[in-house]
Amino acid sequence: MDDINDIQNVEVASEGKQYIVVRLGSEQYGIDIKYIDNIVRMTRITRIPSAQKYFKGVINLRGEINPVMSLRLKFELEPDEYTNSTRIIIIKLESQSPIGIIVDEVKEVVTLDSASIEKPTADAANDIGIKYLSGIGKHGDGLITLLNIASVINEKENI
Amino acid sequence: MDVSQYLEIFIDETKEHLQTLSDQIMILEQEPENMDVINEIFRAAHSLKGMAGTMGFKRMQRLTHDMENVFQEVRSGNMTVQPELVDVLFRGLDALESYLAEILETANEGTEDNEEIINTLNAIAKKASGKEEPAKEEAKAENAAASSSGNGTESKYQSIQVSDFEKNTFEKAKSENQNIFGITVYLQETCILKAARAFLVFKALEEMGEVVKSVPDIQDIEDEKFEFDFSLVYITAEELEKVKSAIEAVSEVRGAVIGPFDMGEPAAEETKADPAKEEAKQAEAEPKPAGNAAAQKAAEQKKETPAAKKTPAKAAKPTVGRTVRVDIEKLDVLMNLVSELIIAKNGLVSTSTADETRNDSGFNEQIEYLESVTTNLHESVMKVRMVPIESVVNRFPRMIRDLSKKLGKKMELHMTGEETELDRTVIDEIGDPLQHLLRNSADHGLEANDERIALGKDEVGHIYLDAYQDGNNVTIEVRDDGAGINVEKVKNKAIEKGTITPEQAEAMSDKEIIDLLFKPSFSTAEKITDVSGRGVGLDVVKTKIEGLGGNIECKTELGEGSSFIIRLPLTLAIIQALMVELGAEKYAIPLGSIQTIEDVAFSEVKHVQTKEVIHLRGSVIPLIRLDKILEVEPGEFEPESLTVVIVKKGDRQAGLVVDNLIGQQEIVIKPIGDYIHCSKLISGATILGNGEIALILEANTLV
Repeated sequence: MDDINDIQNVEVASEGKQYIVVRLGSEQYGIDIKYIDNIVRMTRITRIPSAQKYFKGVINLRGEINPVMSLRLKFELEPDEYTNSTRIIIIKLESQSPIGIIVDEVKEVVTLDSASIEKPTADAANDIGIKYLSGIGKHGDGLITLLNIASVINEKENI
Repeated sequence: MDVSQYLEIFIDETKEHLQTLSDQIMILEQEPENMDVINEIFRAAHSLKGMAGTMGFKRMQRLTHDMENVFQEVRSGNMTVQPELVDVLFRGLDALESYLAEILETANEGTEDNEEIINTLNAIAKKASGKEEPAKEEAKAENAAASSSGNGTESKYQSIQVSDFEKNTFEKAKSENQNIFGITVYLQETCILKAARAFLVFKALEEMGEVVKSVPDIQDIEDEKFEFDFSLVYITAEELEKVKSAIEAVSEVRGAVIGPFDMGEPAAEETKADPAKEEAKQAEAEPKPAGNAAAQKAAEQKKETPAAKKTPAKAAKPTVGRTVRVDIEKLDVLMNLVSELIIAKNGLVSTSTADETRNDSGFNEQIEYLESVTTNLHESVMKVRMVPIESVVNRFPRMIRDLSKKLGKKMELHMTGEETELDRTVIDEIGDPLQHLLRNSADHGLEANDERIALGKDEVGHIYLDAYQDGNNVTIEVRDDGAGINVEKVKNKAIEKGTITPEQAEAMSDKEIIDLLFKPSFSTAEKITDVSGRGVGLDVVKTKIEGLGGNIECKTELGEGSSFIIRLPLTLAIIQALMVELGAEKYAIPLGSIQTIEDVAFSEVKHVQTKEVIHLRGSVIPLIRLDKILEVEPGEFEPESLTVVIVKKGDRQAGLVVDNLIGQQEIVIKPIGDYIHCSKLISGATILGNGEIALILEANTLV
């Protein structure tokens, strides 16, 4: 059994990882598909008083309460403008409860092999800061900022 | 035989027996002469010994055996209960509890022998029964003699009663020239797998003949429902000696008494003979050894032991099959499903009221019916999860007793309302806070004995633990008649610690100062003892209780004592709430904390020190503008008057100003999760019938 698993793992590795490409303003970000639980349309968000600014509130996802974070506000970009293409991506990290993040658009699923991913370097730090970055992916003629989604979600800060 | 499948039952039953022991020993300390209590202790110790033995926990068995021995002496009147005996019994109890804890962890009793406790127990038993010892030996010797000679006291088979049908079998066997023997088999008292040994005896016998009847019957023997002996009637073509040696070849058989079975006895009854009764009969019939009163006593004890053993076994029987042990997780799943059902029901209700076209009465009737069913269903599921608070508080009398000795203060604990029920999840959490409060009362609350006498109080300090249901809440009160809290002392300490400034202290009411006790790192105990006063204390209690959705308050009267009042919600998951509107947002206020709803004209709002208050039926109530606190965008229209929801916490009140009342509704509390740092004001969220989310306001934090 172990051997078979190993072979499969090797294959996956050579094929690369799958990312969901989302758009925030004019930038493209990639989120590792294994953390994605669901993608839902914009829905009514209930505001939570005195929460962190980038938390827009909570939504009702199939009878469960889910917090929703604005990726734009988290990255200190312009506030969201909800359009028809705005989506909430439900992220499920291992042994944590699900959390939604708001993006302007969900574009596509891409597969990136390790050769087309550049590890972040200190001077690659852009607007969102290096702490949320896991690398830069090259796809076609565009660049995709690959998010370290765990650090985006779990970053603790003082309010 | 694999006993591991019984481990859970063993643990549960052991817990029960240990609790009985603890309770009874407590009583015994007060009433050393109470024979009922002594018997009860003896029985519990005996059952424990048997159970530990069956499970192969030798050390536990040995300890309980010695405890049982001591009580045998007490029962037979050879010694009285002394305080040092109670002490060592408690130590034995602790040791048993640690065995149990070890078994819980590792399914093994560990290696601690508790030699010292056993020695003390034995010493006490020996000291008290110094002259009893030889007498007992004698009785034993006599028994041994009796068993070897094959008649006398131990040939119990003679008292087996046979039915007409069985008689016919005997007649037939006799006519076929077979021997009919009565046999009584004795197992060694150290024998662990009694049923298995009995089975081997039966197997050996069946090879040579037929077992016609046994006492107790085969089912009971398989279930180990017998002491260390059983009797049977046996038909065989073999000789007596051969049968005897076959039985004694089985290991752990102490001996067998065998003789021709005399069926001349009247056998009117068809019912199974009651061994206890039989034995009693026999003890009476048995010739008394001349002048040996001790032996007589021993015989009487023998008569009593099986009878005592039999009683609990019989009482326990009918309950089997009426109760089922259910995994708490399964109940949680059930509870969640009920919650979903209630949400779905609320959805139906809201569509039916929103949709005018569906206004036929049949539909509404069905919805009302559904509503009553879901409400009942919810109540039933909640009831299943309810556990009497007794299971938590029953360890406290013992704790107070130990504290009393440790602190050198005389004190008594009075408990009421142990039958009050709380949700299982609350029960699991409430033990530690209560224990802490009780320790506090014992250590800081009560004065030393001489001080109490000097103050003209009863020398013995009293601590009260009262639990009762109060509407949708359960109140638990921990009270003492000690010194009370010195507000000045608390104030000075708070200033000294920098918790408050002297100016603040001046402005604070006594109540506010007492509330400082619940702040982290605040202990006024002048000397730190290992009972309480390490600086972690009341704040932890408070956090825990608030975590359970409850609250705690303290009342104190200098010189009279103090009381801590804990209020806990009856249920955690589903509550009745008042839905209110603030701007475009909806909030739920738990009905439990609401006192009244008032319509207040603007002109009635007064200002006291820049704070808004209203005058209501003689009391001044501060107004809280929820829209400001919750940063709600104000609604467009200006109301003519204020709608004020009066909430209470203990005897304090506050008026929450809301824009609109929606109505009362059953809501399912859902956690918001820990990603969002929301204010303490929001205790959770709920999903409304139309899928919208409303936040639940924890009114207590505002008062």
